[in-house]
Amino acid sequence: MIFLQLFWEFFKTGLFAVGGGLATLPFLYEMGERTGWFTAQQVADMLAVSESTPGPIGINMAVYTGYTSAGVLGSVAALVGIVTPSIIVIILIAAALRAFRDNKYVKGAFYGIRPVSTGLIAAAGITVALGVLFRLDAWEGVSKFWTVLDWKAWALAAVIFAVSKVFKKLHPAFLILIGAVAGAVFRFAGA
Amino acid sequence: MKIYWELFVTFFRMGAITFGGGYAMLPILQREVVEGRGWCTNEELTDYYAIGQCTPGIIAVNTATFIGFKQKGVPGAIAATYSLVLPSFIIIGLIAALLQNFADYAVVQNAFAGIRVAVTVLILNAVIKLLKSSVVDKLTACIFVVAAVLSLVLDVSPVLFVLAAGVIGVALQMRKGAAKK
Repeated sequence: MIFLQLFWEFFKTGLFAVGGGLATLPFLYEMGERTGWFTAQQVADMLAVSESTPGPIGINMAVYTGYTSAGVLGSVAALVGIVTPSIIVIILIAAALRAFRDNKYVKGAFYGIRPVSTGLIAAAGITVALGVLFRLDAWEGVSKFWTVLDWKAWALAAVIFAVSKVFKKLHPAFLILIGAVAGAVFRFAGA
Repeated sequence: MKIYWELFVTFFRMGAITFGGGYAMLPILQREVVEGRGWCTNEELTDYYAIGQCTPGIIAVNTATFIGFKQKGVPGAIAATYSLVLPSFIIIGLIAALLQNFADYAVVQNAFAGIRVAVTVLILNAVIKLLKSSVVDKLTACIFVVAAVLSLVLDVSPVLFVLAAGVIGVALQMRKGAAKK
């Protein structure tokens, strides 16, 4: 019964992959090897599609893998499998938080946790920015440090930043659209 | 019933316009849920991200479950979560069925490289907003810098950072309580 199997495999992935979509990757490689549903090359292809389509990467991977293995019903089984552990765990935590929100120790804990959470998000943002705005492989020495700057990306980032500050009411989706159009017109990937 | 419809519309839209993972969704969550609907504050969003990074599952999904639960309990949590993932289901299903080589098209690769620049700017803007609510004094400013630098330099699980910060926060609270007596 491949649907039950898909549900169970993705349930386990959802339960053990802590920390976002990319954490599901090692589980997928292992799953493909063990079950023969897909190859490592297919996982790499699925990742490329998941990253260039809207939606959380982990979810896109589950839907794509489920579809490749067993069609539309397979993708439903994989999707339900991967979100069910999250739903259960988070509902339990949210209910506990609601009960203890006004406890002074819980408040104290979150006083310390909030800046850490912001720090982790900032670090993730800096990592993304390093990959997008610099081409570290183009390094030719300190005297030519500018070779690592991706000028097109800096220019687009400056335009989008300016637009976001001037038109504060503009929905983020429009900024994403500007990025997509500029990227396609000015061949940002060089493709 | 109105709240379920609002949850569906809001999270469906977010699922359709978020490119990337949980971090890329943050600016859109701030816009739709904090500023648009008023369903939670920036502080609560920071808490959800902290918990989402330490618990199993995908951060974006965990955050949707949290916000849905806050609005309408267990049914709200389920409604928000499935609304968020529905666009993925439709779009990926279509691509898997019709456009197996979608990611190989030059226009897709170029557009996506542009989208990554936009998402970078959006994340940095979002972090600035979060700083205003999470860094409230000198101590929290120190915790923020230490966490950001350590997480960039060391390959350590975020769970450890969050647990350590929670312990520090509780310890401070206990000391404050002791000082009052």
